[in-house]
Amino acid sequence: MGPASSSLKEKHHGVLIAGVQLCTDLCKASTDALEYLRKNCTEGLVRILRDVSNSPYAPEYDVAGITDPFLHIRVLRLMRMLGQGDADSSEYMNDILAQVATKTESNKNAGNAILYECVETIMGIEASSGLRVLAINILGRFLSNRDNNIRYVALHMLMKAVTVDFQAVQRHRTTILECVKDSDASIRKRALELVFLLVNDTNVKSLTKELIDYLEVSDQEFKGDLTAKICSIVEKFSQEKLWYIDQMFKVLSLAGNYVKDDVWHALIVMISNAPDLQGYSVRSLYKAFQTSNEQETLVRVTVWCIGEYGEMLVNNVGVLEMEEPMTVTESDAVDAVEVALKCNSSDITTRAMSLVALLKLSSRFPPTSERIREIVMQHKGNVELELQQRSIEFNSIIQRHRNIKSSLVERMPVLDESAFIGKRVGSSQATLSADKSSRPTSGSPGASLKLPNGVAKPPPAPLVDLLDLSSDDVPASTSSTTDFLHDLLGGDLMSPSSSAPSGGGAGTDILMDLLSIGSPSAPTDVSVPNIISSNQGNAGELETAPASVMDFLDGLPSNSSLPGDKDPIYPSITAFESSTLKISFSFTKQPGKPQDTVIQATFTNLSSNTYTDFIFQAAVPKFIQLHLDPASSSTLPASGNGTIMQTLSVTNSQQGQKPLAMRIRMVYRVNNEDKTEQGQINNFPPGL
Amino acid sequence: MIHFVLLISRQGKVRLTKWYSPYSQKERSKVIRELGRIILTRAPKLCNFVEWRGYKVVYRRYASLYFCACIDPDDNELEILEIIHHYVEILDRYFGSVCELDLIFNFHKAYYILDEILIAGELQESSKKNVARLVAAQDALVETAKEQTGSTSNMIAQATK
Repeated sequence: MGPASSSLKEKHHGVLIAGVQLCTDLCKASTDALEYLRKNCTEGLVRILRDVSNSPYAPEYDVAGITDPFLHIRVLRLMRMLGQGDADSSEYMNDILAQVATKTESNKNAGNAILYECVETIMGIEASSGLRVLAINILGRFLSNRDNNIRYVALHMLMKAVTVDFQAVQRHRTTILECVKDSDASIRKRALELVFLLVNDTNVKSLTKELIDYLEVSDQEFKGDLTAKICSIVEKFSQEKLWYIDQMFKVLSLAGNYVKDDVWHALIVMISNAPDLQGYSVRSLYKAFQTSNEQETLVRVTVWCIGEYGEMLVNNVGVLEMEEPMTVTESDAVDAVEVALKCNSSDITTRAMSLVALLKLSSRFPPTSERIREIVMQHKGNVELELQQRSIEFNSIIQRHRNIKSSLVERMPVLDESAFIGKRVGSSQATLSADKSSRPTSGSPGASLKLPNGVAKPPPAPLVDLLDLSSDDVPASTSSTTDFLHDLLGGDLMSPSSSAPSGGGAGTDILMDLLSIGSPSAPTDVSVPNIISSNQGNAGELETAPASVMDFLDGLPSNSSLPGDKDPIYPSITAFESSTLKISFSFTKQPGKPQDTVIQATFTNLSSNTYTDFIFQAAVPKFIQLHLDPASSSTLPASGNGTIMQTLSVTNSQQGQKPLAMRIRMVYRVNNEDKTEQGQINNFPPGL
Repeated sequence: MIHFVLLISRQGKVRLTKWYSPYSQKERSKVIRELGRIILTRAPKLCNFVEWRGYKVVYRRYASLYFCACIDPDDNELEILEIIHHYVEILDRYFGSVCELDLIFNFHKAYYILDEILIAGELQESSKKNVARLVAAQDALVETAKEQTGSTSNMIAQATK
């Protein structure tokens, strides 16, 4: 250390510079050296700096009127290292720093270089507040300098200064905002980062407004960054949902193509969590869609909202005071979605979402059902498998499965915001678009919305989960490992509280749990019938369904087993018999697969009216898997003149320990009325 | 510290490279290609600092040559601009109104001068007079050495005639 510090006493500038540099590196390398230098050399350094800045004109070292700026800068840097965290030495340096800061001319680059280093030193040590103000002022002057280099350097410095003295930097906010619009790309980037650091609750609204205005005129490369920053500002600092939604809509209309997926997903979550703003959202989106429909993300969000909240759009629900009155007819809404579907620039995701939205609209606006069906059918032969599949499925839902259509396309349950945010932060994007295979089979168009690349399995015959949908439970945030939409669709519904029944029995039966209808303990289900009733369709029927289930279960007729077609091992049974309908099951088992059973179901019409649109549904407990094949026909002639046959395959994972049990429901039309019958089958032969 | 200094012509030809950090041969050519592309395509009005791979590159254009220096992120960029200018002034003083041709034909002298100014990536000599004096002394040595070899070969040629 001795030789190093003695080199600071030299006269020759070259040696001095090298010595100072050596000491700087020593300080970086070891704290002992730092301490030593701090004790011994601070005065020496201050003296050197004073000499060199006060020295008269020396032609040898002169650069642009300043003697040896390099030495200035090096000494300032070493002083910064010594003064960091140490109040005494900082105080000692105060005078000379003030002198350098005020005396140095800043019309040449050399002077500016010295001032820059000086400001950095002031920021780095424990300077007095007067000195700090001086430093910020210098930076402010730099900012308004016309030279790009100086402005760049100033922005860089201000970013560091923000942590030290927030208020002072706020004063220069307007200048910084100007820099965001500068023609130089590096300055723009720096200024944008600085603005982002400056945002706090008070100025966020005006800042966002400025940034969005600039978004309109900025270049393409910059738009991506700018959009991302605006979205994160808006998300972090939004206090009211209305403002957040407004800003996001503006950003979407201006630069929707640059908005990342998780941002607009979050927007949708937010909208679904703000029921009073849904009407406003869908109307603003509709308006925005008319003007700027080339922004892909805007189209997607609009189409989703129109699908979900279509009736709010048409009936002007929840109008806020500042909205202008607007009349949108049902066909206008359908038009909008049709445009989105047909537009050449829409990609597959958007078109898939449009198809889903059309399905929802056909349930919410029944008069347009036929027109919607035609539109959907146009994609029957589409090259994209996804669109083709959706088109055909939705067409069949609209045409034939009217009674379940309304329950299929009910309002989506409120997406759990905290769970969404947690998942978004924790998991990668992959999980959101990950497998649908982890979820049980579903025919839900609502879910397929979020995962446009997921395949919605066609419902050849309604399976267990379809019955779950009619209960529309609120997602539980418990199962954190499964993906988001698994929860959404009531993954918890798949874990019924009771396991297999030991026999029959009313009350907490499996089907009750699975359907979650009529169980008074779940308050959410009470709201479900209300929502259902607001939709057109089989509202009345579903509302009475809980009651009828209760009644029905209590008054189950005991099924007697009639001699049917005798299977050598397992006798056929009459599964269900009422005054109007009889069902018998016959069983066959595959040799070598004791757990699998193939059941042949035969339906006979006991009344004198013909049944049409006959649909059979079945539910089984958790340890059994069920697969329904398509029925032979959906018309049951009267008085047993013909029968419908349908094959079921059952796999009992607890074969031998627990017998088969099944709940069934039949829905059909008779005399232009829809009728439902339900029952439970308890008389399966043992050992199946 | 300065990691390396590059002199690149407007057409992308490299006139001088000096490396103060370890870079393998392949890395060097890669760096030169990348930086050349970045800097040569920059518009004239833009600022002279580019952020690249976590480092900062400071460059300035003198006539048809770009002088580039790569520094650590926490260095003073304006100072590096001054150092570059310092070097160019010394070259100017030495060659007398230096142009790119001078550097092409006397690249060894350009290297000598650079070595006088920068050592291990840090500025070493801030006085132009000193550098000029040292390089002049070196040239004088070269002259005398040339003369000496010249006279020795004369003697041998005469002796063996």
